[in-house]
Amino acid sequence: MFKNEKQSGEERHDEKKEKPRELRVKPINNGTVIDHIAGGQALNVLKILGISGTSDATLSVVMNVESGKLGKKDIVKVEDRELLEEEVNRIALIAPAASINIIRDYEVIEKRHVDLPDEIVGVVRCNNPNCISNTQEPIKSRMLVKAKNPVLLRCLYCEQPLTDRIADYLI
Amino acid sequence: MKRHVLSMREFSREEIDSVLDLAASLEPYARGEKSDIMAGKILALLFFEPSTRTRMSFETAMKRLGGSVINLGPAEGSSISKGESLADTVRVIGGYADAMVIRHPKEGAARLASQFSPVPVINAGDGAGHHPTQTLLDLYTIKKESRLEGLKIALVGDLKYGRTVHSLAYALSLYKADITLVSPPSLRMPDPIKADLSGKGTAVRETCDLGEVVKDVDVLYMTRIQRERFPDPVEYKKVARSYRITPEFLAGCRENLIIMHPLPRVDEIASSVDATVHARYFQQSFYGVPVRMALLKMLLGGGV
Repeated sequence: MFKNEKQSGEERHDEKKEKPRELRVKPINNGTVIDHIAGGQALNVLKILGISGTSDATLSVVMNVESGKLGKKDIVKVEDRELLEEEVNRIALIAPAASINIIRDYEVIEKRHVDLPDEIVGVVRCNNPNCISNTQEPIKSRMLVKAKNPVLLRCLYCEQPLTDRIADYLI
Repeated sequence: MKRHVLSMREFSREEIDSVLDLAASLEPYARGEKSDIMAGKILALLFFEPSTRTRMSFETAMKRLGGSVINLGPAEGSSISKGESLADTVRVIGGYADAMVIRHPKEGAARLASQFSPVPVINAGDGAGHHPTQTLLDLYTIKKESRLEGLKIALVGDLKYGRTVHSLAYALSLYKADITLVSPPSLRMPDPIKADLSGKGTAVRETCDLGEVVKDVDVLYMTRIQRERFPDPVEYKKVARSYRITPEFLAGCRENLIIMHPLPRVDEIASSVDATVHARYFQQSFYGVPVRMALLKMLLGGGV
């Protein structure tokens, strides 16, 4: 827990510099800020969170901004929703360096790093078209996490590994 | 004790050894000695794909131990063709039988079945996936007819798609076997499987030339090269010829060399090899019976 921390430092005006950095998205009152998403992956993060064009969540998505750590990074702000730990950990599938800030009343009340669980259920489809999990059977996909960085998944059913382009197989 | 037999990866070396020992103790019954170990027990055979020897050897194993067998029959005309899920099928059949054997065209089908079945499930081949009972009978053959300790073996033919060689190579790595992979370049063993073997400290060599290795191994494990793997029929003929065993080809090999094949063979082994001291493929196929007996006993219990 990191109480009373001001949110998202990189986006505030930097008073020491002559030219203040542009504030791309205003701070949010309540909700979650997902920072340090690898550049270009923000839309996949939304997909993992089940946020589509039809959901009514208030969202801010910033893509491909400069980041000292990642080169380019994306940021997602979801208002009035505090992500559950399980949701946070799924994000690790495609953004292992992401950090999650839970915001209440403009303050960061909790800062978390993502950590993949040992098994991911119902999130990623097996990439083997002949796998029984890709049929009409009454089961959810089950992926065992064999390595976390880079991510290596193995289908519980057919044992096929999945490591590249995991975002393409999100359910 | 295991509840299901799904993949060789779930067997430790000690567990394999105990299955092979149990198979050896049951071999007299496989040869016809009377037994009622499985009296009153029913084994269900669910073959969603055609099979001759695997299905019949399970049936033989169960019946020779005094048990009985029920069969799914051809998938056409059954509940399967009406669109019933595998999950439902195994729940229903699990209510009729004490254990079930399943072969299915989809990879992972046996594991799915094991999640829904109230009784033990034995995987008899799931698509291009696993076929653990074949691997166990291969190991039993090697142990009986050659040696598992300090073994030098060549796996020959289609090492890319052949599921039996993948599981066998994995299991042999538990015995630190010296493995030579012999295949045409287009049918080499996939890299992740090779990496897995090397990671276990197994010596693995790769070559296209069978003649180079035949004098130096204890076991030649032949597999069928399927015509449909080659877009060019001329290329297929060339490859098929280069991996054909004849008595002449065996000149200069070790006296105690044994030749194995999961069968059916096509042209890989000339019929004139059958009469040589090296041929063991029919013996190997017979050993499927005691090994499957051992698995049934392991899963269903019953005193010897």
